[in-house]
Amino acid sequence: MNRATAAGIVRGGAFAAVGIAFPFVVHAAWIVNIGVLTVMYAALATAWNLFSGYTGYISLGQVAFFGLGAYSLGIAFEHFGIGSGYNPFWALPLVGLGVALASLPIAWIALRTRHMTFAIVTLTLLFIVQQLAFNLRSLTHGSSGLMLPTPSFAIDNYDRPFYLAMLALLLLALGLCRLVLRSKLGLMLLAIREDEEKARGLGVRVTTAKLIAWWLSIAVTAMVGGVWAYYLTFIYPEFAVDPLVMIGAVLMTFLGGRGTLWGPAIGAIVLVPAQQYMLTRLGASQLYLVGYAAVFIVVLLLLPRGILPSLQDALARSRERQRTRRNRIARREAAV
Amino acid sequence: MTALLEVLGLTKRFGGVTAVDACSFDVPAGTITALVGPNGSGKTTAFNLITGYTRPDAGSIRFADAPVSRPDPTRLARSGLTRTFQQARTFADLTLVQNLVAALQQPWRAAFRRAVRPPEAARARELLEEFGLAALAQERAGNLSYGQKKLLEFATVLMGEPRLVLLDEPTAGVNPVLVEQIEERIRDLNARGLTFLVVEHNMNLVMRLCDPVVVLDHGMKLAEGRPDEVRSDPRVLDAYLGG
Repeated sequence: MNRATAAGIVRGGAFAAVGIAFPFVVHAAWIVNIGVLTVMYAALATAWNLFSGYTGYISLGQVAFFGLGAYSLGIAFEHFGIGSGYNPFWALPLVGLGVALASLPIAWIALRTRHMTFAIVTLTLLFIVQQLAFNLRSLTHGSSGLMLPTPSFAIDNYDRPFYLAMLALLLLALGLCRLVLRSKLGLMLLAIREDEEKARGLGVRVTTAKLIAWWLSIAVTAMVGGVWAYYLTFIYPEFAVDPLVMIGAVLMTFLGGRGTLWGPAIGAIVLVPAQQYMLTRLGASQLYLVGYAAVFIVVLLLLPRGILPSLQDALARSRERQRTRRNRIARREAAV
Repeated sequence: MTALLEVLGLTKRFGGVTAVDACSFDVPAGTITALVGPNGSGKTTAFNLITGYTRPDAGSIRFADAPVSRPDPTRLARSGLTRTFQQARTFADLTLVQNLVAALQQPWRAAFRRAVRPPEAARARELLEEFGLAALAQERAGNLSYGQKKLLEFATVLMGEPRLVLLDEPTAGVNPVLVEQIEERIRDLNARGLTFLVVEHNMNLVMRLCDPVVVLDHGMKLAEGRPDEVRSDPRVLDAYLGG
């Protein structure tokens, strides 16, 4: 095992430990609630990055599959009786696999387009799913919403199981990203992002590579949607497929650093609590949106490539400066 | 000599312009075949048609004695036909070693193996050594000079162990020392059995290096033959100098 691998495991372990400890140390429900939202957005952004960050294909339709995951779990409750308490969580992998599988033919068609066109095509998916949720009343109950059974968790730590489920999904997303980034698949995806035509000319099977990344990304996204539905116990088309959730996840990824492992999670950890704080302090006046926007303007001005890449650049520059200074001193001493 | 690549009546129209017009020629196995012609004569379009980047309006190609029904860059590359681009194209954010290893054709079961495995890195370094880029192995490709990018691109296409390499202006915009190096590489690889089809404007180089030479003009094949034959062909002289 080399040093980079060891450092990665230590970092991941420390992150997981702090993440798991959080709801056991902090008991205030409103803080754990912010924790659930933060970890949820971190998982969504990380999953989004797994496809869009590594391939360069900006998908604006990811939240359609978040909504499909939410409705899948809700419908499963209604029709198949998947139990209560912790049991519904065990249905999640099935929701993830199923939604991701169903999304593959759609992705295959959408991936025939690129750049702006791909972004717009995927954006329409979001509205299609929302319209379906409104109109397939026998399944979704349309605009009157779908009710899920209230989970039977103790009221004192009601948020904790949801927080831990979201955290598990975030860790899964991070693990998948790390696996992909270090694998041949990751190399293919980066080659596609850099110059897809060139990659094709070298024999890279670009479509299949993109579909694998898409599949992994959607599977996580749908599972996050499922947990969210169970958490709210009530889902409406407007909230299950919400463009603002999509935009939030994308902005967090850009904020933290697109194409990096930790960037999207960092973006979420910075942004979601800031957003929630401003919402509670300034919510009545809608001024919180101004504050939210200000965070972006500041970050884009100071760290245009995102938090993580900009910090890495700064670190590399300072190391370089130190090295040249050391060399200069060494040369001077040698001369003396 | 058997033909490794046969081009049969290839035609491509862009609106009213016929870029490649019923073009037929062979690339015999083991040769360095040149494809020359004035600017706009359809050389690059012919390359795009042969490698599957553009779909022809008519005509077909045969590669290694098999018809290629719908040319597709990925499939062709995996069956041994690959190309470089006129403007050197590399993966700017990847290191040189990663650039080369990305060009190794992998079966799907390898998708989740380590990105760069030690034997693959060793093979990449060997090639970089041959191309005089070994010192830059861990550099980002985006930091290379234009000439170095050309060398890198050339090295990259060799990773897939092709049988036929199409080089689109391998020496354009490259300093004389690098031209010599590239020429030497082509000769050396050709001696080891690799076949080339080269688009090139440097006529001295073409005359030294290539045989046969195919001349295109206005998308049509004007002449084909040994370099000295082609050079003294009045139609060729006319296309280049007069008209």
